[in-house]
Amino acid sequence: MENKGLNKVDLIFEKIDNREVLEKAFRMSREEIIREVLDSGLKGRGGAGFPTGMKWKFTAAEKSPDKYIVCNADEGEPGTFKDREILDRVSNKVHGGMAIAGKAIGAKKGIVYLRGEYRYLLPKLMTELDAFQKQIKEIGYDFNIEYRMGSGAYICGEESALFESIEGKRGEPRNKPPYPTVSGLFDKPTSINNVETLVTAMMIMKHGAKNFTQYGTKDSRGSKVFSVSGDTPTPGIFELELGMTVQQFVNEFGDGDTKAVQVGGASGFCVPRKKFAETIIGFEGVPTGGSMKLFNSSRSMYNVLHNYLDFFTEESCGQCTPCRVGCQQLLKGVEKVKKGEAKSTYLNELIKLADTMKIAAKCGLGQSVGNAFKSIVGNFREEIIY
Amino acid sequence: MYQVGNLVKELSDKHGRARESLMPILQGIVQKHNYLTDEAMVEVARELDISAAEVYGTASFYTFLDTQVKGKYVIRVCKTITCSMKGKSDIIETLEEILKIKVGETTPDSQFSLIETNCIGWCHKAPAILINEMPYTELTSEKVSEIIKDYMQK
Repeated sequence: MENKGLNKVDLIFEKIDNREVLEKAFRMSREEIIREVLDSGLKGRGGAGFPTGMKWKFTAAEKSPDKYIVCNADEGEPGTFKDREILDRVSNKVHGGMAIAGKAIGAKKGIVYLRGEYRYLLPKLMTELDAFQKQIKEIGYDFNIEYRMGSGAYICGEESALFESIEGKRGEPRNKPPYPTVSGLFDKPTSINNVETLVTAMMIMKHGAKNFTQYGTKDSRGSKVFSVSGDTPTPGIFELELGMTVQQFVNEFGDGDTKAVQVGGASGFCVPRKKFAETIIGFEGVPTGGSMKLFNSSRSMYNVLHNYLDFFTEESCGQCTPCRVGCQQLLKGVEKVKKGEAKSTYLNELIKLADTMKIAAKCGLGQSVGNAFKSIVGNFREEIIY
Repeated sequence: MYQVGNLVKELSDKHGRARESLMPILQGIVQKHNYLTDEAMVEVARELDISAAEVYGTASFYTFLDTQVKGKYVIRVCKTITCSMKGKSDIIETLEEILKIKVGETTPDSQFSLIETNCIGWCHKAPAILINEMPYTELTSEKVSEIIKDYMQK
């Protein structure tokens, strides 16, 4: 496996001349923009990692007079706070990325869905958006962006739940297919991209796909903004080249006593110390939307797991039974084992339930509860029981 | 309880009366009054010409669109893992002591409500809370006492 080590990069927060990049992109044809993004190997930065160029290509291929670019700023994964920082510091690049994506797929309208917890940012973002709209108009390009607010529901980060919410309904995920590229917001072809993905696309337009592919590995091109928290002397936001091992990450950010790293938040994977050296952070190893939580040996992994299960039990939308009941039963189950009301072998039954949820749950929330559950129970079984 | 008055009409004029206007309208009411009364929801239903059940069904899905009485200042304490590791319990204890209420309750003078919430995106500056829209981070018992005392003066 390729191992690039730990390298700090400055692309996302790099100060650029927005207008220059936009003008360059608008001189390109739709096909050229999509080709550039495809060549860059960029994968979605929200966590799921779908190739951005493909998403744009599929949406571009749809013949509809109305299409949408939606920016997913419903950053709710525990341990993730990079999108807030990106919007706070370089919203012009987020708006620019949306306009470029709009050109690529043939959309005149963009919507940013911002989580309610970040409403305090809105007045500043509105001022910056006004300046952006003026700039776009001066360039002579027709594209409009609107902000819509969430109201405290983690599930609305799921793309189809997010559409439902913008449409004024309960944020309950839809069945797929049809995928958003065919039928998304208001049943129109929609490309929905994470905040960081749009900024990265903007930077690919500036520097070119070739430059971008110098960073990262074959499966995980480029760099990525990591949100670092937990037991670390240096919590915060760091842009790092993809392709480092968890060990290299811990060497930089650990407190000397790191026993586990939760990569990808509550829906991600727990990596124990003995697997630090062999685990690559990226799509070939443990994928992440950027959430990196470090735990030292003073922490009980039972408490960590309990906290995550409590989170999922509350945030499950309740629409499908495997997720609604599954989350509750996993939570009750580990409590029973801890209290000695159930035998430790009961954990095996709970792992089967987590596997069932992965197959039977309707959306990514229920499907990924098992990631944290199985990796924590699998690696720290004694801490769950005793 | 508050009188919703002309607010629903004003918000509907501003955001429109299509179904997609529902969230911005409900959010507008909550921004002003911190929660939704039955009367307000019925009024929204009338204005948008949809059933009140649709309005309640939508509102009750979202934790920030509260349908229970809330105070003027809603304090949301993050309880997700990092905040929990970094002293969330001390913050709750301090708040309960100052406000003389428990989590989930509202002060008798309707000034403060204290609730717990899931990750608000400030893990690197834990523990963190929201008071209405404003985040306060890297809290200690002393710091949060000061902040609440300032709000009490408002």
